[in-house]
Amino acid sequence: MKNGKKTFLTSGQKRKIRNNMTGYAFVLPNLIGYTVFVFIPVIFSFILSVMSWDGSQRPMQFVGLQNFADIFGDRIFRGTLLHTISYALMTVIPTLILALLLAVLLNNKLKGVAVFRTAFYFPYIASIVAVGAVWNMLFQPDFGPVNEILKAVGIADPPRWVVDKDWAMVAVAIVSVWKYMGYYMIVYLAALQGISSSLYEAASIDGANGRQKLWHITVPMLTPTTFFVLIMLTIQCFKVFDLVYVMTGGGPGNATKTLVNYIYEKAFTSWEFGPASAGAIVLFVIVLAITLIQFSGERKWFRDM
Amino acid sequence: MSTKRKVTKIVLYVLLICLAVTMLVPFYWMVISSLKLNKDVFSIPMRWWPETMHPENYRVIWEKLPLVTFFKNTAKLTLITTIVQLCTSCLAAYGFTKCRFVGRDVIFLMYVTTIAVPWQVYMVPQFILVSKMGLNDTHLGLILMQAFSAFGVFLIRQFYISIPDELCEAARIDGLNEFGIFCKIVFPLGKPAMATLTIFTFTNVWNDFMGPLIYLKTKELKTVQLGIRMFISQYGADYAWIMAASVCSLIPIVIVFLSCQRFFVEGVAASGIKG
Repeated sequence: MKNGKKTFLTSGQKRKIRNNMTGYAFVLPNLIGYTVFVFIPVIFSFILSVMSWDGSQRPMQFVGLQNFADIFGDRIFRGTLLHTISYALMTVIPTLILALLLAVLLNNKLKGVAVFRTAFYFPYIASIVAVGAVWNMLFQPDFGPVNEILKAVGIADPPRWVVDKDWAMVAVAIVSVWKYMGYYMIVYLAALQGISSSLYEAASIDGANGRQKLWHITVPMLTPTTFFVLIMLTIQCFKVFDLVYVMTGGGPGNATKTLVNYIYEKAFTSWEFGPASAGAIVLFVIVLAITLIQFSGERKWFRDM
Repeated sequence: MSTKRKVTKIVLYVLLICLAVTMLVPFYWMVISSLKLNKDVFSIPMRWWPETMHPENYRVIWEKLPLVTFFKNTAKLTLITTIVQLCTSCLAAYGFTKCRFVGRDVIFLMYVTTIAVPWQVYMVPQFILVSKMGLNDTHLGLILMQAFSAFGVFLIRQFYISIPDELCEAARIDGLNEFGIFCKIVFPLGKPAMATLTIFTFTNVWNDFMGPLIYLKTKELKTVQLGIRMFISQYGADYAWIMAASVCSLIPIVIVFLSCQRFFVEGVAASGIKG
């Protein structure tokens, strides 16, 4: 029987089977882990969003789109969408402009550039818990250094920052800009170093000055990078959780509660997995929409180039 | 011309120094406050240099917080997650680039479609799954849920594509099997991409807050970030101690960052510009 089977397979087929086995052997360790811990949960979050379940032994119940109706009917949820969008509006553009500015400054041939680069990048790798703790103290409304400085420059009644519902998100946004601009500065620096120096030389021969070179070469050449940074920053804003959690805990009231704060609280403090997953799907749709914009944009840049 | 250039240079330096100081002031404030008495942190007028040094704050927090345990836990999580991530990503990347097998493109498509899905979207079902496996409140659960990422496979794959197939073909003719080609040729060539992934995973796991917040409940299992957070909510008004604890939590990452700075910067450039 064994011999008979052998004759059915040509050596080419045998090689094919062996190749398949080898291929799977390489991919499987990651594939199994990825399927179990990422792929299945992703599918499961769609299923959960149309179910009612508290995680107990009781079976889940299909409720259709009720969870979505519930969360959109929830004033707190609508608030979190608003807060997340206002956070994005306050952070994306300032981070982008400051990152570009720092990168242009550091792209000069100066001694000690590496030291400055380290200084600007450092907040990015510092942990959010430590950073949140120190900024909370800096923003302390009565004796904190930020307000001391504001008073010293003549602002008699400085904002009360994290304890004021109108200013808390501004405080979080300031810290976010400070923390993340160094990262995008590095992205810009890499892009700047990719611009061919022949462009600048040609412009010099034509008599262009520094500012003209900046506006007519550097900025246009950086457009794809700017687009990329814009997309990454926007997605990052919609995912914000840690910084808000350690600085304000979503408060005062619910003034700084963001979309992910909502998902977290629904799931892990009130154990309502249905609404939590519905919130997660809303986050997914937002991120997907931004990613699709990115794809169409990237296609455009590549066609142009 | 040369004086004009000199002036520009001086202006640039002044600008850069001002910006760098502004960026680093919070860290300076953190360090000096950690050396003050609790009641002097918010003294008015503000003091940029403490009158008397109180380094004993560090001894106090060392006694109040099981910092050694926290550091050990974090180091363990970081190390194991990084190693599992690296090994499985390299193997999978080799499979996706240098092997041909049925369903390869379909499987890869699965990775492609999920890479852009943020963790926050599936963290709830993932937590349910890990809990059902009985791994809630264990380090293993936290490691498993962080160790497999499409990003890692992508990053290494991108690098392996640039390794010419002729190199593997030559080795195959010389009688090396696939695993031998992977170990002796492709894996060693992939070091730059691995450095990037190592730094990326290391910082992510070391600084991760939300993962441990959801998964770890037992005090003895907590990470540095979670421990410091716990300390802050317990000793809310002991400002100097909080700052001392924060400084402690930053020291390891500062050391790693300063000694492997080049990889950090190259890593951002490599993973940031994927176009």
